[in-house]
Amino acid sequence: MNNNRHTARRRCLRWWVALFAVTSPALAYAAGAPEASTPWWIWPLVLFLVCFVLGMIAVPAGVGGGVLFVPIVSGFFPFHLDFVRGAGLLVALASALAAGPGLLRAGLADLRLALPPMLLASASAIVGALVGLALPASVVEAALGITILCIGGLMWSARKSEFPEVSRPDRLGAALRINGIFHDASLGREVAWQVHRTPLGLVLFVGIGMLAGVFGLGAGWANVPALNLVMGVPLKVAAGTSGFILSIVDSSAAWIYINQGALLAIVAVPSVIGMMLGALIGVRLLKVLRASSIRKLVIAILLLSGLRALTKGLGWWA
Amino acid sequence: MVGMSGTNPRQNPRASPEQLRYARVLDYGMKAGLAVLIAGFLAYVSGIVPAQVPLEELPRLWVLRVPDYLRETGMTSGWGWLAMVGAGDVLALIGIALLAGISAPCLLVLIPVFARRRDWVYLSITLLQIGVLVLAASGVLTMAH
Repeated sequence: MNNNRHTARRRCLRWWVALFAVTSPALAYAAGAPEASTPWWIWPLVLFLVCFVLGMIAVPAGVGGGVLFVPIVSGFFPFHLDFVRGAGLLVALASALAAGPGLLRAGLADLRLALPPMLLASASAIVGALVGLALPASVVEAALGITILCIGGLMWSARKSEFPEVSRPDRLGAALRINGIFHDASLGREVAWQVHRTPLGLVLFVGIGMLAGVFGLGAGWANVPALNLVMGVPLKVAAGTSGFILSIVDSSAAWIYINQGALLAIVAVPSVIGMMLGALIGVRLLKVLRASSIRKLVIAILLLSGLRALTKGLGWWA
Repeated sequence: MVGMSGTNPRQNPRASPEQLRYARVLDYGMKAGLAVLIAGFLAYVSGIVPAQVPLEELPRLWVLRVPDYLRETGMTSGWGWLAMVGAGDVLALIGIALLAGISAPCLLVLIPVFARRRDWVYLSITLLQIGVLVLAASGVLTMAH
């Protein structure tokens, strides 16, 4: 049994090495290639490969693809930040939509829990998208760098609670009847849950929506802690509902980008396809690789790409 | 039971009927959107449908801010792109619009469920949410760069 797992892990490591061998030159090329002399088709191809790897690591690390996509692609590819943010929203949206039906059917995404925060977050995401598109790119890039560094720090330090203790629901949560029961397959039993600190959670979602709109990030990194640590939702329901909330929030922001003309198919579509295919492999990797190792890798990537975005925004490293 | 005391949670451990309705519409819409997205994109990059902006021109244009890109290419903002749907690069946007728009019909199917149950709070939230999505998609909201 142990031998099998060991062999599977070694096979996976070989996969990783092969993939990084393919994508590292791709990123290096993206960072240093002379833009004018490069044939147009190279960029979507490299973008597809990079997104494929991002999709692979995003699933085991428990983050949506958007949070990795925007800083990396804006830092290493020639596309203007406006188009990268538009594509980032679409990447996050497509992944959330693809996962949505399964999560809803399994009861891991809860409609009653999702509807109030998604209304506030989607309204603020519209405002965020309008503000983000109006600000100078250098300001948004620098702010993106700071935000990504904070997200890396949050991922490093945040604790998660599988089943937070909620002794009494708050008045708003009780009035909205936000509670439920889900079947936890790993425990083999049904788990009942309810929420507390609902008003604080809802206020946080206003800010989360703003960030999603301004930077084109999927907001799973923020949704899950807000639902789990603040409102006391079990981790699995928080993760499932987060994806569902994201599908509406990113739809609202994406429409602003579409209507402003900030969505280029040549940037968005290879990214979406690469990320979704990568995610299929990522689900398999989840079974054999240690999630904590991947998480550390993702935090390192976030810190590096955050630094890159910050220095680029400040004009220190164009 | 974990994490509960003295509450009256919904007793159905399975997904609620409205969730299942939502999931069904989302499933069809998402698959249709992805299929259209990929088909439109293939038609665009293969050159089967000629593009409004030639592919070879893109490396010079995708470095520009959106207003400059629109000015250089003659593309329009808002829903003006629908008038150019015969061009490959605009055709590829249809799949994107479908994916961005699928949530509204999913929410619509919730309305009769909440209305029948006289769940006015959630009915209002759902209607407001549809309103937010329609407002975002309408193209009314713009801001100068």
